[in-house]
Amino acid sequence: MATAIDKQKHDIDMQRTTIRRHGLATRITHWIWAVALFFLLLSGLQIFNAHPSLYIGEQSGFAFDNSVLSIRAVRGADGNAEGLTTLFGRPIDTTGLLGVSGPEDSRAYQAFPAWLTVPSYHDLATGRVVHFFFAWLFAATFASWFAASLITGHLRRDILPTLSDIRGLPGSVVEHLRFRFHHGRSYNGLQKISYAVVLLGLFPLMFLTGLTMSPAMNAAVPWLTEIFGGRQTARTIHFVVMMLLVGFFAIHIFMVFAAGPINEMRSMVTGRYRIDGEATEGEPER
Amino acid sequence: MSRIIINRRRFLTAAGVAVSTMPLVECDALDGMLSSDATVRNAMARANGLTYRVQRFLVGADSLAKEFSESEIRQGQKPNGSTDPTDSIYAALRDASFAGYRLEVGGLVDRPLSLSLDELRNMPSRTQITRHDCVEGWSCIAKWTGVPLAAVLDEAGAKSDARYVVFRCFDTMNLGLSGEVAYYESIDMLDARHPQTILAYGLNGAPLPVANGAPLRVRVERQLGYKMAKYVRSIELASDLAPYGQGNGGFWEDLGYDWYAGI
Repeated sequence: MATAIDKQKHDIDMQRTTIRRHGLATRITHWIWAVALFFLLLSGLQIFNAHPSLYIGEQSGFAFDNSVLSIRAVRGADGNAEGLTTLFGRPIDTTGLLGVSGPEDSRAYQAFPAWLTVPSYHDLATGRVVHFFFAWLFAATFASWFAASLITGHLRRDILPTLSDIRGLPGSVVEHLRFRFHHGRSYNGLQKISYAVVLLGLFPLMFLTGLTMSPAMNAAVPWLTEIFGGRQTARTIHFVVMMLLVGFFAIHIFMVFAAGPINEMRSMVTGRYRIDGEATEGEPER
Repeated sequence: MSRIIINRRRFLTAAGVAVSTMPLVECDALDGMLSSDATVRNAMARANGLTYRVQRFLVGADSLAKEFSESEIRQGQKPNGSTDPTDSIYAALRDASFAGYRLEVGGLVDRPLSLSLDELRNMPSRTQITRHDCVEGWSCIAKWTGVPLAAVLDEAGAKSDARYVVFRCFDTMNLGLSGEVAYYESIDMLDARHPQTILAYGLNGAPLPVANGAPLRVRVERQLGYKMAKYVRSIELASDLAPYGQGNGGFWEDLGYDWYAGI
């Protein structure tokens, strides 16, 4: 009974209005990216497993040390294999997850565990097939999104943060930390900035560092390795951007659930989004 | 203005649902689709053909791979793949310091050749300090000296229907059940005639060591390491790759790697 009263109160409190929030292009590209990034990540980890070390500079140091991360299996003091991750020279025991993983009776001695790679068994060739297929899909989707967003004004209107978005950022952060979400017509400042960073920063950075690892592209566009400080640095940046995107994904999913998964999911599928307060007649979608 | 209040229970429920999606990352189910002759894998591999065509369009025929300075040579060239061939013909040549070595050049040529190491060394030479990029992900900078492949092709007189240069090698790779398989590789005429494509007999100012492919190996600087066959025994010009190995153009290609290794 109490819940029924609560609901009634809630309905009175809140004038619910449904608007069309996400355009078709936004929705289609969103879901293609979701699928492509999923496979790019898991096939990328397969590729990384072939040489699970990251370096700074043009080359990998075998006779000198320029590595920033390495993940490997080593023989421990008791004779058992241990997973050893070395980050900036600091050793970390990661047995069970990185370096050595899998059930006790069938240990796998690889950097990332089998359940995180596509395919699950060691197969660099197939990892590359999957990675480059989805890389093309990802790039084509990005190009389409960028062109469409320029034409429709989505980029300027919804993604690029305004001065007031930036000024309102501290307040926006505090609101989010207190789990107070305002469901408005447009993205709030924090949303705009994070989407701008991902779409206009991390995505292009991923393409460019990926291309920098291509020896043919190095011949065509020699300045690419220069701006990233060498092929191995580009590979390291590619990996770091991957981790930032994984971090973004975790927060993104969390926010969807925290802000109302049904409303958020519906808006990303059908475009329809319930906002707080009454829609003003004729107000442009901003 | 109203707001959605998240109490602890809603927060935990949301977090729980979010975390529960993680096991979806279990991908063994995809393995079958991706096995070497599966339709899905073949369809995806078509993207490699797109990469080849786009890169051939973007990368000028003669644009050079980056060359480095002497100071960038900070270590020996890391050997990879087979590093000490045990095959009897090769072992006999190695024991005689490759005195009896001859490079056979045949196939679609006007004048088949049989060149000794001295004859190769007396041909035009080129020295380049380049970065070797392994398909595994590592890179190593070294100085390579050798005869431009184009010079050898000109001497042999490539026929107009020659589309590929196939390298046959002394080393064999153990593939377990299927036994020993001879290493081979192939490149197209555009890469074969590239100024930096050389048959290298020198590494870092010394004769090419056995671990790095003595007495002669290929350098194709705008592609990945597996294209650069070591222990080269003969060169054949061909119009079709089907007769070689399993027909995919190389040892690693027969195991599922892409023939064009520009990325």
